[in-house]
Amino acid sequence: MPLSARIGDHKRKNLRQKLSGLNWFIVFIIVCVAGIGFAMLYSVAGGSIDPWAKNHFIRFLIGLSALVIIAVVDIRVWMFLAYPFYALALVMLVIVDIMGAMGKGSQRWLDIGIMNIQPSELMKIALVMALARYYHCLSEEDTLKLKSLIKPIIMIGLPAVLVLRQPDLGTTLLIIMGGIALLFAAGVRMWLFVVNMIAMMPAAFGAWQFLQPYQKQRVLTFLDPEKDPLGAGYHIIQSKIALGSGGVYGKGFIQGTQSQLNFLPEKHTDFIFTVIAEELGLIGGLSLLALYFILLAYAMIVSVSVKSQFGRLLILGMVITFFLYIFINIAMVMGLVPVVGVPLPLVSYGGSAMLTLLIGFGFILSADIHKETSIPRGGAFA
Amino acid sequence: MQPPDKNKLKMYTRRATLLSGGMLLLSSALVGRMYYLQVTSRSQYELLAERNRISMRLLSPTRGDILDRFGREIATSTTDYRVNVIPEETEGLQETLKALAEYLPISDGDNERIVKAAAKQRSFLPISVANNLDWKTFSKVNVNMPGLPGIQPDVGTSRFYPERELAAHLIGYVGAVNEEEAAADPDPLLELPEFKIGKNGIEKILDNKLRGSAGNSKVEVNVLGRVIRELSRQDSIPGEDVRLTIDLEIQKFAANRVRYESAAIVVMDVHSGELLGVASTPSFDPNDFNGGISQRKWDSLRFDIRKPLINKAVSGQYSPGSTFKMIVALAGLEAGLIKAEDTKFCGARYTLGNRIFHCWNKNGHGNINVTQAIAQSCDVYFYRLARDLGIEKIHNMAARFGLGERFNIGIMSEARGINPSEEWKFGYTGERWQGGDTINVGIGQGYVSMTPLQLAVMGARMVNGGKRVLPKIFLDERVEYEEPESMGINPEHLKIVVQGMDDVYNHQRGTAFAHRARGKDYKIGGKTGTTQVVRISMAQRQEGLRDIEDIEWIQRDHALFIGYGPVEAPKYSVAVLVEHGGGGSSVASPIARDVLEFLLDRDLAAEEASRPGQEV
Repeated sequence: MPLSARIGDHKRKNLRQKLSGLNWFIVFIIVCVAGIGFAMLYSVAGGSIDPWAKNHFIRFLIGLSALVIIAVVDIRVWMFLAYPFYALALVMLVIVDIMGAMGKGSQRWLDIGIMNIQPSELMKIALVMALARYYHCLSEEDTLKLKSLIKPIIMIGLPAVLVLRQPDLGTTLLIIMGGIALLFAAGVRMWLFVVNMIAMMPAAFGAWQFLQPYQKQRVLTFLDPEKDPLGAGYHIIQSKIALGSGGVYGKGFIQGTQSQLNFLPEKHTDFIFTVIAEELGLIGGLSLLALYFILLAYAMIVSVSVKSQFGRLLILGMVITFFLYIFINIAMVMGLVPVVGVPLPLVSYGGSAMLTLLIGFGFILSADIHKETSIPRGGAFA
Repeated sequence: MQPPDKNKLKMYTRRATLLSGGMLLLSSALVGRMYYLQVTSRSQYELLAERNRISMRLLSPTRGDILDRFGREIATSTTDYRVNVIPEETEGLQETLKALAEYLPISDGDNERIVKAAAKQRSFLPISVANNLDWKTFSKVNVNMPGLPGIQPDVGTSRFYPERELAAHLIGYVGAVNEEEAAADPDPLLELPEFKIGKNGIEKILDNKLRGSAGNSKVEVNVLGRVIRELSRQDSIPGEDVRLTIDLEIQKFAANRVRYESAAIVVMDVHSGELLGVASTPSFDPNDFNGGISQRKWDSLRFDIRKPLINKAVSGQYSPGSTFKMIVALAGLEAGLIKAEDTKFCGARYTLGNRIFHCWNKNGHGNINVTQAIAQSCDVYFYRLARDLGIEKIHNMAARFGLGERFNIGIMSEARGINPSEEWKFGYTGERWQGGDTINVGIGQGYVSMTPLQLAVMGARMVNGGKRVLPKIFLDERVEYEEPESMGINPEHLKIVVQGMDDVYNHQRGTAFAHRARGKDYKIGGKTGTTQVVRISMAQRQEGLRDIEDIEWIQRDHALFIGYGPVEAPKYSVAVLVEHGGGGSSVASPIARDVLEFLLDRDLAAEEASRPGQEV
């Protein structure tokens, strides 16, 4: 029996209805953000679509197709696939971990022939889906029970440890924070978070021992960048110089002296926001923030009108993930948080993160299209 | 239908609102931070950004040339063909150097230096491989560039002295800036690694004029220091050329004439005071100092007993010997103590107290007048005259002729000489002036000492009609020629003395008669001088030890001569000094004659050429 036939939903829409139900304004905003990324990658290459802008564009098209496909697929299918996805992502993380242990050093990528996959990226989505499904299926009563927390904590903890071993501090933090935010939204008792906070402190100390020297260095550098201006503090100082010298109106497109002259490190990936702020000024930076705000605010507003807890939590999880990317990246380039390798969604060069975020938005839009679909607690196909 | 789900939504909405609030709060922190960096602290970061990217490069000016009176180059800047290597562009530094070695020699030392430099500096900065290549080698490298990746032929300028050692003492040389010089001079040019400044001679004295001033190029550099583009440029101002009064041909002739001696020749225009030639031998090649002289070469110059580093023409101080006799004669004439026809008796010796002073002529000159005394260089005549005059009158007359005076003409280490007087001796030695001191000064020995330049000036003032001509080394066309003031000496008296100088060459009893100019349309005159370096005892004299071959070179007499010509209308004054040369008449007078003949023959030829052509 085909899957769609098993979904006994009389309110089922056909594809055309679904496509027209897709919020094209949001897609347009996403295209705008990616367009800024395209323009900035063109700029940092000194006014050339090679080597970054062209690839960025192609990857965006691929990701955008994925977004549309994901959005039109029934949300119940995604709920059904949540645990299998999670399991797959976890297996891939283990494989990566084993390969790393086999002496290949820092290993984050998995070559599956046609492309390189970063399992930790996949896990961000899979974890949100799995947690959303878990809390969808939990009764309100059980949600408040302490023992119901065991499974989610394992679900968060396993990938967090695996990713930290890669070692990838930035993604680890994203996974943990995203997961906790989701638990919070699902209605876990407030006092548990306070207790957790206190419990985290020795854990953080333990994690410190876990960190690689370069990661410790990053944190120490963040605390006092001027101490070592040509060494580890260099990135933050140069980023602040470039950003601050941009002023309100910026130095003009492709006119950013610091980014064009390579004073700025990693300018096409993690520090792309600095280029925007230098060349397009405060106005450019705020415009990008405004676009992000529209995207996230829309998703949050939609989430309260979604009928299923799975859909709501799916949206919220994606929004939190999205927000953490944006916040950590921008705070990092402005010297507010330590330098951790977190890209700026849709703007930084790099395929995996962009794919993750477009897929994530695919789920948000899917939940939007299918917001009227109510799913029984027992599961979509129970 | 599912009430628990309703509560779930309520709970979700509350929690989602809280989370949204949290996100908004964090976002506003971002906006605040952006505002702080881009608006509040903007100017501070702008400054830092400029400092990051702007680099000022100094442009060094071309050094001015030093030219002779006709514009011929004595010191100039030449293109220097160099080969550099840029490690970044090679396909392996060693391979490239090996390939390059086929076209030019690269020593192991060079190789080591290059490898060391490559390890130390950024790989896109050029490292010098070889300098001062000849055109053939340079073009060979250029032609083979395709096989020499990373090799960069480069053309710069370096100081070049085409006449080499010919005028080295006058011109001096340039060299790298040392710490003291850099500290004393705020000119930013001195901080350039390849910059050279004048270290000696005119190069040093007129360094500021020759140096020019720095230009600058404001360039934008990237994080590696690589130049991206030039933002603005102010060209350097080349140094001014310096014109000398020197006539390179005369300089060349004079220097070559005494090439193998330890000697000095000064040639001066008796009217304008322009120095046409100032030679000092042995000399050195100032080109050797450009890139830093080797220790061996430096030591060989430093420890040479003939002192090649000293400019004997202006720094060497010698007893003038008999060339001083004109001063004594003039003092006598001016004081009214002698007249032209008055004679004194020379019996080959003169006694003062218990001291005996000898005449060079063991037979004595008999009764002799002042003109004859100069021509034959009679010592006893001048012993007597000096005794009669006293040191003060001699001192005053010598002073009028420039003795004891530093002319400050712009040559390094110009010496003052000694024009002795009673006060001078007391101040210098603490002893009283003795009668015997005056006798010695009477024949230009004893305390009196002069530089060859002073000798030339003295001769010039003697033959130009007693005018106080001053020596000049820089030719400045803007300054109009001004006839020097008269020293107020009776022309008749001058004539008597100059007649004596005429007779030195041209009277058959003159001391340089054997070396007179022969077969010329003009006559030359002058005065010999031989000064004892080591006092030779009477006993040695009796034993016939005067033979110079028997005396070590260092103990031989200095030979001097003051020459002038033409006698008919004096134009040039020539001072010749040959250290330890022997006799003034046998060694110095032929040299002076040759120089004067060269000068006068040349003038005659030029006159001939400028005369309207005569049809045959």
